[in-house]
Amino acid sequence: MAREIGDVILDLRNVTLAFGGVKALTDISFDVREHEIRAIIGPNGAGKSSMLNVINGVYRPQQGEIVLRGEHFTKMNPYKAACAGIARTFQNIALFKGMSVLDNIMTGRNLMMRASIPEQAVRLGRAEREELAHRAKVEEIIDFLEIQHIRKTPVGRLPYGLQKRVDLGRALAMEPQILLLDEPMAGMNVEEKQDMCRFILDINDQLGTTIVLIEHDMGVVMDISDRVVVLDYGKKIGDGSPDEVRTNPEVIKAYLGASH
Amino acid sequence: MTVATGEQHVGTDEGQETFPRLLLAHARTRGDRPAMREKDLGIWQSWTWAEAAREVRGLACGLAELGFKRGDRLGIIGDNRPRLYWAMCAAQMLGGIPVPMYQDAVAQEMTFVLQDAGIHIAIVEDQEQTDKLLEVMEQCPALQHIIYDDPRGMRHYTQAFLHGLDEVISAGKIHDGNHADFLAGEIAQGAVDDTAIMLYTSGTTGKPKGVCQTHAALIAAARGGCGFDGLDERDEVLSYLPMAWVGDNLFSYAQALVAGFTVNCPESGDTVMTDMREIGPTFYFAPPRVFENLLTQVTIRMEDAGAVKRNMFHYFMGVAKRCGADLLDGKPVGFKDRLLYALGNLLVYGPLKNVLGMSRIRVAYTAGAAIGPDLFRFYRSIGINLKQLYGQTETCAYVCLQPDGQIKLDSVGPPAPGVEIRIADNGEILVKGPMLLKEYYQRPDATAEAINAAGYFMTGDAGFLDEDGHLKIIDRAKDVGKLNGGAMFAPNYIENKLKFFPYIKEAVAFGNGRDMVCAFINIDMGAVGNWAERRGIPYAGYTDLAGKVEVYQLIQDCVEQVNTDLAHDAMVADTQVHRFLVLHKELDPDDDELTRTRKVRRNFIAEKYAVLIDALYGGKASQFIETEVKFEDGRKGKVAADLVIRDVKVFPKVTGRAA
Repeated sequence: MAREIGDVILDLRNVTLAFGGVKALTDISFDVREHEIRAIIGPNGAGKSSMLNVINGVYRPQQGEIVLRGEHFTKMNPYKAACAGIARTFQNIALFKGMSVLDNIMTGRNLMMRASIPEQAVRLGRAEREELAHRAKVEEIIDFLEIQHIRKTPVGRLPYGLQKRVDLGRALAMEPQILLLDEPMAGMNVEEKQDMCRFILDINDQLGTTIVLIEHDMGVVMDISDRVVVLDYGKKIGDGSPDEVRTNPEVIKAYLGASH
Repeated sequence: MTVATGEQHVGTDEGQETFPRLLLAHARTRGDRPAMREKDLGIWQSWTWAEAAREVRGLACGLAELGFKRGDRLGIIGDNRPRLYWAMCAAQMLGGIPVPMYQDAVAQEMTFVLQDAGIHIAIVEDQEQTDKLLEVMEQCPALQHIIYDDPRGMRHYTQAFLHGLDEVISAGKIHDGNHADFLAGEIAQGAVDDTAIMLYTSGTTGKPKGVCQTHAALIAAARGGCGFDGLDERDEVLSYLPMAWVGDNLFSYAQALVAGFTVNCPESGDTVMTDMREIGPTFYFAPPRVFENLLTQVTIRMEDAGAVKRNMFHYFMGVAKRCGADLLDGKPVGFKDRLLYALGNLLVYGPLKNVLGMSRIRVAYTAGAAIGPDLFRFYRSIGINLKQLYGQTETCAYVCLQPDGQIKLDSVGPPAPGVEIRIADNGEILVKGPMLLKEYYQRPDATAEAINAAGYFMTGDAGFLDEDGHLKIIDRAKDVGKLNGGAMFAPNYIENKLKFFPYIKEAVAFGNGRDMVCAFINIDMGAVGNWAERRGIPYAGYTDLAGKVEVYQLIQDCVEQVNTDLAHDAMVADTQVHRFLVLHKELDPDDDELTRTRKVRRNFIAEKYAVLIDALYGGKASQFIETEVKFEDGRKGKVAADLVIRDVKVFPKVTGRAA
């Protein structure tokens, strides 16, 4: 592999998140290196999605901070996260069902559109030039994800597996440096999972994107991740390469043991 | 013996034409007209003849630098891409022979052709095809260079024998710029009776054979066809059928280079429908299964449509059935029907043609297998000038063409210009003309077997010439058999009748040397799946759906309808289907049950499913079977099922309408 894992790009330090009396995350620290595929695993309710939501700025942790490329954020919000190059997909797909695949992915370019609303409304010079450039980028993504045949299809009419791919496409449209994937393979059949794995690896390899993913499917995680964090009841119980995690007795007890 | 000959058109610019010379002539005379288009990143990109010629020259020089020489074979594997077509021409410029291969073949199937043709250099579309070649490279020691078109995913491939097509072309262009006379010399050396291309037969029987076609043969066939249908540089075709198929070679390559029309390459295999609508080809060709699929989709969508639309569709399809084909042939039609048809055109046929991307079609051909008369009639009745063509790889797909206005549903037309047909005493069709193959590659034995002493090619098809001199095909000569009762048994005829139902995708009829006819059925997953969903019948997959009682009843109704039809025709009334079963898996070329052109390999299936045939004829009510299947990635799995066998009502022969 030509892709080389670089320095720490995202560092989470002592993050604690509570909803009222319920502690979703307790004092969690881990880092993500540039160009790596980092997985967060754990049983249901372990706090995986909360973790992602913290990185993404949807939730504000009560304690702890996020260090992104050396910059400290105690108050992250989704807009800041997006501007800082963090994109995400959702566990339960959040696409615009009535809009075409193309338009949905186009929304991922929103942050990069400079033309004002009146300019866009009448498609004046700048707006049109801009749209052409964005469309070209979106077409590259469509080509990359092999969804040319559904380019103009309303998303609501697509099967689940393809909707997931469109969701991924929209996140890619932001040209993110860090891509957060919330259970990208949930509810998919074997073939769709294989396709998705290939896309994730391709994104990582060809675009150099750093990927943080949450996944239930242990097989998938162990196959494609460089390092894995294991959460259980909001606590970090393991962190390391897939092999280290697999042999960690605490992890076996909490996760692997429980699921068998 | 019966003989018929097509009238010969004498070409105006006869001479020493080869494909490279044709290309250069187009670049000179219509340099800025579009030669090729390809949809890439959502936008149709075009190349003019002049640009295409430059690319081909660059590629030819690039190939020469890699050591490609006169007489060498160049492997070409991939979907229809402009650069792969150019690769064919580039090889021909150097006096080499392109060998297009089926892109969906698994690696092991490719080894035979790679070894047989002794391919040194292969140009492939992408990483997927590269991987296949890498997999079998050890078995093909001759293979020295692989050139890939699409660099995606190829970053980590470091082997020195892998080359990007871009690099090869740019290196070649520099070479061409410095030594412009090099290519001129190579092109001048090309002779019309050089082998222009090698196409491998699909191998319904035995190992595939490389059919060598000369420039002269292909150009004669292309010129004949273009003259026959008046094709010129304003025409547009969509090339989406495998490049290894002779039909694609004739229509998208030979005819395009003869007439100078534009060839359009779709974005991907899945987008053909959309791309076709956008291009609106004027000249179209497809094997019957494509027309079948389109009709199946139309049928499904109409059943899902609201009552008003559905009734309107059925009413006007009735009108079209009554008079549409006659209108197309210019035969007299009553005033009321004309009026109704015009209205139907506005409301139904026009929009339907538009959806199918067939609004601009002047001529459409179907070839490759016999087309069901009902299917054929459907397209003609909505005003699409669909015609049949008869030919095979060995004859450049050019033997019979149906002339406008003289379409008979059950014949393939009179001999094409320049072609002579003879019917042997045993009913086999013999063909002679300028489009015959030069030879089978390194198979003098097979060549001698196929071409008789008088220079006729023996097609292996049984047929006869009717009173107007139109050729009627009955079946493959070797497939036509007899029932024990003495009746003639033409399995294809029965299968085609079955396959006209949208619910039936494939059928295999048995009966030669038996007392009665029995059949295997493959349901059409799309059509039957939709049918089941609308009835709230749950199913898990193909095998499950195929075994449902309701589905069996549905198929039984179809089979009984075919039997009623057969009962009306004295020739075939005895070959009604008595028993059938629905197979537990789809017949698949990966499992060798179909050829790559999707023809049923009858004998192979009969052997593989011998237990099922025994059960059909042994009167059993069900039979257990377990079958190994190959997945696309080469893995293997097993499918098992307990197959139900159904008896079907047969009908007494209807007399008074004896043929």
